[in-house]
Amino acid sequence: MEKTKVRKMLFILSKATIENVYAAFIMANGARMEGIESEIFFTFFGLEAIQKKKLEHLRVATVGNPAMHIPTMLGGLPGMEALATKMMKKEMEKLDMPPVGEFLEILSDSGCRLWACKLAVDMFHLKKEDLIDKVEDIITIGDFYARADQENTHLLFI
Amino acid sequence: MYKTFAKIKVNVNEEGYLTDFNQWTKEIGTEIAKEQKIEMTDKNWKVIDYIHDKFKKEEALSIRGIKKSGVVDIKEFYQLFPGGPLKKATMIAGVPKPKSCI
Repeated sequence: MEKTKVRKMLFILSKATIENVYAAFIMANGARMEGIESEIFFTFFGLEAIQKKKLEHLRVATVGNPAMHIPTMLGGLPGMEALATKMMKKEMEKLDMPPVGEFLEILSDSGCRLWACKLAVDMFHLKKEDLIDKVEDIITIGDFYARADQENTHLLFI
Repeated sequence: MYKTFAKIKVNVNEEGYLTDFNQWTKEIGTEIAKEQKIEMTDKNWKVIDYIHDKFKKEEALSIRGIKKSGVVDIKEFYQLFPGGPLKKATMIAGVPKPKSCI
């Protein structure tokens, strides 16, 4: 069988929980580090990760997340999300994982291209000014698919 | 496994990384770079010096570390070592490929 190398990774990030945002960022950065092209399309709640006012306040989900190993009732108590988020951020810092804002800078400087979804931007009544400068443009899903139009490209929905 | 660079036989692993840093010389680094189609400028060597320094201190390498290093910024780093900068720079430096995901 002929070998096929991954040449381009396109990520669609639709969620704003820390674990999902970091999954996208780490994979997108990892691709660049391997000499693979990468791009991220932020849609729906994923847009929180590129909003100037919100990106440093993302949280981990304590409700409806069985891997947290705390009863759902407790997970819903005030302050639980903040506490779990604080603990997770501390562990991430230990591993030298950058905070969201710095990570976006690293991604952009590494050549990872960042896009915002037009439909979601309209739906949440956002403007280009609400988004960080590193976001290149607000585009449609059709535009994004067009960016996938080459061999050995993979799309991943998070 | 062995490989010959600049007429010197060195131990390498399957990916072509030197397994014994003591065998490394600047000439060998230059040869590895040539193989990777990278032309070594003064700036490239400064990055290699930084990597050696981290290696000797047994500190892990990461892209964030490069950003904080003051030696190069990330954009430059990608330009100096195209096609997987940390992977290629460590290979040229004769140190193991970083195991971190970031």
